[in-house]
Amino acid sequence: MITVCGKIQADTLTVAVAANFAETLESIVAGFEQAHPHSVVLVRGSSGRHYAQIVNGAPFDLFFSADSVRVQQLVVDQLVSPGQTMTYAIGQLVLWSPASEPGTDIALQLQGARFKRLSMANPRLAPYGQAALEVLQGLDLTGVIKTQQIVRGVNVAQAYQFIATGNAELGFVALSQVVQEPLSQYWRVPQELYTPIKQELAVLKDSIASKAFLDYLASSEARALILLQGYQLPGND
Amino acid sequence: MFQPSDLIALVITLKLASYTTIILLLGGSPLAWWLSQTRSKAKPVIEALIALPLVLPPTVLGFYLLITLSPNGLIGRTLEQLGLPALAFSFSGLVLGSVIYSLPFVVQPLQNAFHSLGNKPLETAATLGAGPIDRFFRVVLPMSKMGYLTATVLGFAHTLGEFGVVLMIGGNIPGQTQVLSIAIYDHVEALDYGQAHVLAASLLGLSFLVLLVVYASNRRANLVTLQ
Repeated sequence: MITVCGKIQADTLTVAVAANFAETLESIVAGFEQAHPHSVVLVRGSSGRHYAQIVNGAPFDLFFSADSVRVQQLVVDQLVSPGQTMTYAIGQLVLWSPASEPGTDIALQLQGARFKRLSMANPRLAPYGQAALEVLQGLDLTGVIKTQQIVRGVNVAQAYQFIATGNAELGFVALSQVVQEPLSQYWRVPQELYTPIKQELAVLKDSIASKAFLDYLASSEARALILLQGYQLPGND
Repeated sequence: MFQPSDLIALVITLKLASYTTIILLLGGSPLAWWLSQTRSKAKPVIEALIALPLVLPPTVLGFYLLITLSPNGLIGRTLEQLGLPALAFSFSGLVLGSVIYSLPFVVQPLQNAFHSLGNKPLETAATLGAGPIDRFFRVVLPMSKMGYLTATVLGFAHTLGEFGVVLMIGGNIPGQTQVLSIAIYDHVEALDYGQAHVLAASLLGLSFLVLLVVYASNRRANLVTLQ
């Protein structure tokens, strides 16, 4: 058998990515594909659905989850070894109110329950929803804001969509979604009000290409991009 | 076996399917009647519009509803100006979405039933001095019984299975817009497959029963005609 040396094989990586990180990863992929012969196909969706697909044999090489729960569950299921997981970004929660007058205290708008609809991701399904619920509980607002005032998206992308279409006046979204918007439109929720949103990834198929991609993810270009998109990096504190 | 929140979702689902079916039977009857009788050039256009929900992904309908129902959208703005409550994220909003979504499932069986009546029974009734209303209730309605049964069951069953539209405009509010299909989706996403099975199997059984009723009565009706 003859092995061809000196020629790197070009592989295609299939990467499942949480809705909130998809755009950031897209930019990272663009840089990666310039530097490497490999190509990357992104499959965006909710992490719960990706998890169900992985358990049932979906052909993903890497899984960028929106949280750590699904990734750790894959470890429990013995589909991923503990050494094949890592935190790739830490999500930041903001309260976004795009229609508010500049100078409005958005935190005050929340505490006075002065709105018809508050949008958030479903706490049961999405880490940003869980974080939003912790904020409401921490500020003692669960009794002040009525159930009918809260609309819940299946993920933080839908929570954003409800606000962006004007159907909800304000809501809890990821900083990464509003990083382009004027600062006056959102309130950056203090970190002590919620458990850090650790977004973890799992290596499902260990290959040369997936290793190359993870190496690129740890590069300074990729790390700068992640920070620029409104995430924090693990081990930065 | 059922969690309280799932029971509420079941009640909301059945309520939504019932309201939608009733509205569609009342509104769909004159529409289907007109379509079965008219020679208007607009007929194919109207028929195509009614059949659209059969072809389009429900998310298309949900997306446009979300946009038009918002305070910046056409319907949302009009409602706001009239001082009426907003439709997005409300039970009434879901009814509106479901009526559009299930329209062909009610109108088409009715139209077929009216069409297959032919002109004879109505002409005979008219000769015997029956007025238009009399003719509808005494002749058309009893003779289109099977069409009405099919329309009722299909409209009801199709709304039971609705997901895409509700997902887009519902907002998942328990007791208002959280229907069974959304509750199942939530259980699956939250990795609670046990609870998802309970609900999914119930919906499967319920849908099968509903359809069985239609086909069993269809068979009986055919047997009666053959005799």
